[in-house]
Amino acid sequence: MSNAVSALQGASFDGYCKVEEAGLVGMITLRGDLSSAGVAKAVKAATGAAMPGQGEITEGAKGRAGWMSPDELLLIVDHAKAADFVAAASKSLAKEHALVVNVSDARAVYRVTGDAVREVLAKLSPADTAAMVPGQIRRTRIAQIPAAFYLTDEKTAELICFRSVAQYAFDILKDAAMSGGEVGV
Amino acid sequence: MLILECPYCGVVADETDLHGGGEAHLKRFGPGSSDEDFQTYLFHRANPKGVHFERWRHVSGCGKWFHAARNTMTLEVYGTYSAQTYEPPKAIINAVIKKHPEWEGYK
Repeated sequence: MSNAVSALQGASFDGYCKVEEAGLVGMITLRGDLSSAGVAKAVKAATGAAMPGQGEITEGAKGRAGWMSPDELLLIVDHAKAADFVAAASKSLAKEHALVVNVSDARAVYRVTGDAVREVLAKLSPADTAAMVPGQIRRTRIAQIPAAFYLTDEKTAELICFRSVAQYAFDILKDAAMSGGEVGV
Repeated sequence: MLILECPYCGVVADETDLHGGGEAHLKRFGPGSSDEDFQTYLFHRANPKGVHFERWRHVSGCGKWFHAARNTMTLEVYGTYSAQTYEPPKAIINAVIKKHPEWEGYK
């Protein structure tokens, strides 16, 4: 197989918050009936995480499971293992009306770190980031593109967007995090 | 700024997160219907000054279609509800009537 490369190969920028591309991240889209036991089992097997409730993202030993819509989950796992998880989950969910797809290479992931991480996100999206707490995931837009983000702790956010707009996402995140652009100065 | 709560993901989303889908609760007239019914279904839309029922899609969020009852004049929102219904739920109707006792109904 050819060498897997992430969209911006770990590009990073230091402003009043740090913006860095997270490199290779395994991502699996799982669609199906989220109340079914089979789906919960597949989520557990892939990530070790419990089933997330509405708007939540849960963490397990092997990854995270984020609630994307009433019938869709995003599983964030190790990039190298994503294909195996997809194969295993497709098999275990063969008898259910469900879909499991490896979307790792269709997405880009950014990590924003700093005290004002909420401000950086708030500049770009209509979400009320001040009210967000770690464990919540929000699908919304940043400037003109769709994106999803969540806080891993009070100073770190991870943001996922389509790979085709990876450069645009990095540029606007850089712009929002530029030194001198602090809010309320 | 119009702000609606998506009934599927519980997110309070503003207009820029949403996409408008026009009038809600239309009855479809397809093949086999009369020309007049088909024309009405395709082209005739209510455009009230006041209470209006609309379809919206949470386009950059969960991607689901839902319905909203709002006032086109005051921009007041009476509520949002699932799109899997033929008519507005009782609670929404009651919310409208409470504000506008003279309201003539949704049809």
